[in-house]
Amino acid sequence: MEFFALAGQNLLSPIVLFFVLGFAAALARSDLTVPEAVAKGLSIYLLFAIGIKGGVGVAESGLTPLVAGSLAAGFVLSAAIPFLAYALLRVMTRLSVTDAAAVAGHYGSISIVTFVAMTSVLDGQGVPFEGHMVAAAAVMEAPAILSALFIASTRGSDRAVSGELIHEVMLNSSIVLLVGSFIIGWITGPAGLERIEAFVVSPFQGVLCLFLLDMGLLAGRGIRESRGNLTLGLIAFGCAMPLIGAAFGLGTGWLLGLSTGGIALLTTLCASASYIAVPAAMRVALPEANPSIYLTLSLGITFPFNLTAGLAIYFALARMIGG
Amino acid sequence: MRTHAAKRIEIIIEAPLLRRLSRLLDEAGAPGYTVLPVLAGSGVSGPWTRDGQVSAAGGMCTVLIVTSPEKAEALMEAAFEVVEPHIGIVSMTDCQVVRPQLFDRSSGEG
Repeated sequence: MEFFALAGQNLLSPIVLFFVLGFAAALARSDLTVPEAVAKGLSIYLLFAIGIKGGVGVAESGLTPLVAGSLAAGFVLSAAIPFLAYALLRVMTRLSVTDAAAVAGHYGSISIVTFVAMTSVLDGQGVPFEGHMVAAAAVMEAPAILSALFIASTRGSDRAVSGELIHEVMLNSSIVLLVGSFIIGWITGPAGLERIEAFVVSPFQGVLCLFLLDMGLLAGRGIRESRGNLTLGLIAFGCAMPLIGAAFGLGTGWLLGLSTGGIALLTTLCASASYIAVPAAMRVALPEANPSIYLTLSLGITFPFNLTAGLAIYFALARMIGG
Repeated sequence: MRTHAAKRIEIIIEAPLLRRLSRLLDEAGAPGYTVLPVLAGSGVSGPWTRDGQVSAAGGMCTVLIVTSPEKAEALMEAAFEVVEPHIGIVSMTDCQVVRPQLFDRSSGEG
């Protein structure tokens, strides 16, 4: 019963309702749009705020072996999940090797907004979580991209992984901002956060609502314009893969000894699919892969699934095994 | 007013590739170029718009180069090397310029 209460509460939260508004507006062909510069500004704010808060969390708790363990686990999970996703895609769909490798890379990497939405659920429930999970999120952005390129290159694609591409992937703007804000939060600690609290903490939920409105618009537009690219097999994969990834995150979080909040966050990271860093990398590295498949699947299927059903499931499971 | 023959190369390219294209154009001796944002469009890969995009993956941009006819071929080849496997358009048209020395780096001005 508690699960259904939480799921209902989550569905009626402002962030989910704004996402639904954007999604419905796009499907109804409304002219509602968020200008590109505003969307990028909102995304910069969210990365900045979540990075600072995570760094402050580590300043309070100190560097423990759990931090190193979580980062190492995040790296391994991000690198490994694409192989599983690729195998599943080859069974469930008729995607080409290149398309399947590109999609798989998205599922090993993470969606920082899904992560932020889970922190919002945890805050709402009064469940604390480890601040260093923000660093784990940053660590999990890139390894999946390299795994996807490895899968493609060993299965027939002639695309080589260049040093230039690795540089672009490792220093992409979201990683730099997230890690940079995390370090600044760690250095300045609670005293530093207190000085910028009015900007970092109070407006956070409102900005998140606006960002999710934009995500809803993008997801709805993607679904509307996917022109039949989304087969039943792909849609099933887009809903099943988050649950499979979540199982790995859940088990790893439990093995690491994370708190209930930490387990819920690691589970969410493993369940989410990227739609910022990985699509850009795939356009450069695997141009033959069809962007309307991986973008629509990640943003139009998996993101809404996680937001509306996944978060409640992952939190309930984390609470079950984390106590 | 006296004008001089020049070539105008227009490259519409996926936004994530802009840095790579700029580097190759510099190496190929482009006298300069202008990057313009692109709002929206539609092509063989379907419609797209820059509205609301937080990832560069969904965006396109235009690179304009005005150059001397002698340099145009090398720049077209450099541009096509980047665009060839990707979504994009490379085109070249004749144009007239007033100050030809600005568009030919070998003259030392520009």
